[in-house]
Amino acid sequence: MRRMWKGSWSKHLLLLPVVVLAVIPFVMKMPSGQTEMQGTDSMAQESLEKDAPQFKPWFSPLWVPPGSQMESLLFSLQASLGGLALGYILGRLRR
Amino acid sequence: MHIMEGYLPASHAAAYAAASAPFLAHGIYSMRRPMRENPSLRLYYGAAAAFTFVLTALKLPSVTGSSSHATGTGPGTLLFGPTAMTVIAFPVLLFQALLLAHGGITTLGANLFSMGIVGPYAAYLAFLATRSLLGQDIGILLAAFVGDLATYLTTSMELALAFPDPAGGFPASFVKFASIFAITQIPLGVIEAFLTLYLFRFLIRRGDEGLFPTGLLQKREPNRNA
Repeated sequence: MRRMWKGSWSKHLLLLPVVVLAVIPFVMKMPSGQTEMQGTDSMAQESLEKDAPQFKPWFSPLWVPPGSQMESLLFSLQASLGGLALGYILGRLRR
Repeated sequence: MHIMEGYLPASHAAAYAAASAPFLAHGIYSMRRPMRENPSLRLYYGAAAAFTFVLTALKLPSVTGSSSHATGTGPGTLLFGPTAMTVIAFPVLLFQALLLAHGGITTLGANLFSMGIVGPYAAYLAFLATRSLLGQDIGILLAAFVGDLATYLTTSMELALAFPDPAGGFPASFVKFASIFAITQIPLGVIEAFLTLYLFRFLIRRGDEGLFPTGLLQKREPNRNA
């Protein structure tokens, strides 16, 4: 009985909440007063600048990517480097 | 969960750095011996670092209309223990601070504290607390979810301590930041939890013993009815 359950497709049901929660944001309407998907890090920064306008950051990043294009390039570079390393290591471990 | 460069008062920044440094040092120290004894562990640690590297680069949209990223520290903790995850989170945060202007040098201590210390230890405790009562599967789900959420609640706390609300003080400010971070993170944490359980069921069945150096995860679940 147990063996039958283990071998069946039902274990893939675990992916159902993953798929549902991941797909909804692509097709849903934005909450009112919002036009696009925003990162929480920058939302916190904005809320902070609104509520504490007198605060000035006392240190600025040594280097800032010039432009959002460059920023997304670096983020995809980060993801692809990580993916490359992960794939390489898992591939080595399989041998 | 990245607190921006220069946004924490210097005294706070120094306090978090001082709090995080011993965890980092202890983590590095505690990884040395197992790594000498079992060189293939290097590869597993590398894989956990790469996994966190990928996950923190991916800003996932959440059903709340905002996007944020998972941390991957829950699954890493289950494999390698919370002390190792502090060491694994550090280079990831440093890379983002230097090359992406995400987080920062002055806030590195605070960000390491939330992502590399509180998240992994919360995941560890959640797993230990639920495993014997509810079984390993539920333990894995909760560890991944709690690890994610604890990190973002810590970030909210760090910001609220630095910027208490003029009227409501720390509690009001905490609620404000938590409603930005944590609410977005709940659906993402659920995604991370189910994905982690799905992958771990495969790993536990197929993975070799080297993958479980901490012995947290059992290859065969003890019979709960016995």
